[in-house]
Amino acid sequence: MTAVKADERLADVGRLRRTLIRPELGAVVGAIIVFAFFAAQSPVFRSPAGIANWLDPAATLGIMAVAIALLMIGGEFDLSAGVLTGTTGLILVTLATEYGVNVWLAMLISLAVALGIGSLNGIVVTRTKLPSFIVTLGSFLMLQGINLGVTKLITGTVQVSGLRTAPGFESARVIFAGTIQIGQVHFRVAILWWLTATALATWVLMRTRAGNWIFAAGGNEQAARAVGVPAARTKIALFMTTAFAAWLVGSIMALRYTSVQANIGIGQEFIYIIAAVIGGCLLTGGYGSAIGAAIGAVIFGMADKGIVFLGWDADWFKFFLGAMLLLATLANRLVRRYAEEVKR
Amino acid sequence: MILQTRAIGKAFGSVLALREVSMGVAAGQVTCVLGDNGAGKSTLIKILSGVHRHDAGELLLDGVPVSFASPRAALDHGIATVYQDLAMIPLMSVWRNFFLGSEPRKSFGRFDVATARRVAREELHAMGIDIRDVDQPVGTLSGGERQSVAIARAVHLGARVLILDEPTSALGVKQAGVVLRYIARARDRGLGVVFITHNPHHAYPVGDRFLLLNRGTSLGEYAKADITRERLTSLMAGGAELEQLEHELRRE
Repeated sequence: MTAVKADERLADVGRLRRTLIRPELGAVVGAIIVFAFFAAQSPVFRSPAGIANWLDPAATLGIMAVAIALLMIGGEFDLSAGVLTGTTGLILVTLATEYGVNVWLAMLISLAVALGIGSLNGIVVTRTKLPSFIVTLGSFLMLQGINLGVTKLITGTVQVSGLRTAPGFESARVIFAGTIQIGQVHFRVAILWWLTATALATWVLMRTRAGNWIFAAGGNEQAARAVGVPAARTKIALFMTTAFAAWLVGSIMALRYTSVQANIGIGQEFIYIIAAVIGGCLLTGGYGSAIGAAIGAVIFGMADKGIVFLGWDADWFKFFLGAMLLLATLANRLVRRYAEEVKR
Repeated sequence: MILQTRAIGKAFGSVLALREVSMGVAAGQVTCVLGDNGAGKSTLIKILSGVHRHDAGELLLDGVPVSFASPRAALDHGIATVYQDLAMIPLMSVWRNFFLGSEPRKSFGRFDVATARRVAREELHAMGIDIRDVDQPVGTLSGGERQSVAIARAVHLGARVLILDEPTSALGVKQAGVVLRYIARARDRGLGVVFITHNPHHAYPVGDRFLLLNRGTSLGEYAKADITRERLTSLMAGGAELEQLEHELRRE
């Protein structure tokens, strides 16, 4: 019986380790350290107004990071997500300003285009079985070209602007780009969208069968298919979710600034992926968390604004980006090794 | 007989992977499919489980000819297959794996997590599988435990026929024994089991019928009463070939 007892004790340690090694753990620890670092040196950073300030970039980045996290858990990448925020914004502003379309209708049309591009990404990836890295790199470059080419064709410049005077602008602005006053501080409404997206994504992952399918499709697609999981459909839906998020962020940005540069969003795709990885997503799929990705986005928001508050050169942000990514990947590898180790 | 094949065959281009194989599995019985590598075992079970369609002969379910369009279609007819290497998803918890593809639902398509956890624990217990914690990732289980969980899952999800693809081949002696015990338990619960193996010592104790395959064709289907373990082993290894080998390897 002593052998059995020893076994039980071992299992208890395992349980403790499991609760400690949540996918979000690294991101939470990182966020606390980064907050403490900037808050200790900058009183503005820790003031309510300062918090509202760095939560804003965290929110727009976070909406995308959460969607990308779902996609990565499902085992795929989307490099076209950043440029797609530009595409959706450009469609919205161009339709509303050049063709006099109501802002709401223009948003619907750009949503339809985004979902079309997302499903196309998904269909090509699932049909051809090519790595999504390559497929979406292709759509990334194509969209980049279209964004610039079409904008130049229509306006003769590399930006579209003047959304403010378009019909339906004000009501759309309040909902997507407005602010909410709490006490003396104005918080961007994007923060609410971000929290909603995070809560929704977490619920889908943990409490719906679609969530089970996402983990399975990314964990081992063949095994998932063998027990009847519609892995291809799940992945296409995930690409469409990412496209939806890109539309949301693109619309928020367009309504906020009332103009869109044709080259916007380029380079952002890697930041989404990095935030998701810091949040505990494995690059190989099948593991991760939406909350983690949201916290990963907070870390970026804090670093982005914190470096400015401290009066440092913004170049240091890139260094920070790389260091965080490396640390997060190392932490994730430990998790994976633990989860996949086979007991003798 | 629940599931039966009559002179079934399958060709991949010019390669005849399977020719005129007849076998059957009855409720509460274990049919063992034995054969060396390349004998056509996997082609046969892939036809039974809906991965491939046969192009000769007949596949009968309850005496009615059928042809499964997909693994899902076979599953819907109560034919569950547990594959050796892709039985489970390592990073997912035991209970998530247990209900993967057949999640219990509440209203609005919500996954009934509480029920899933409880039922997984109960079912594993009922099969006599001692999993300490259904929340642990499947990757932390041993190979034998994984096969056992996959068997328990198929039993719970109402399978009538359970197809096991070499469940014991990658396992040690002790682990293989554990899996054989669950095969017997599934049989006792009234399932028809098709047990694919190349090890006659695993097949003989648990099997009721034995189908021997060699180079894509049947060497015969035997009831347990008609064949001894020695005969099975020698047929399996190609009898004469084994004697020849023994002769070659003998010290001068």
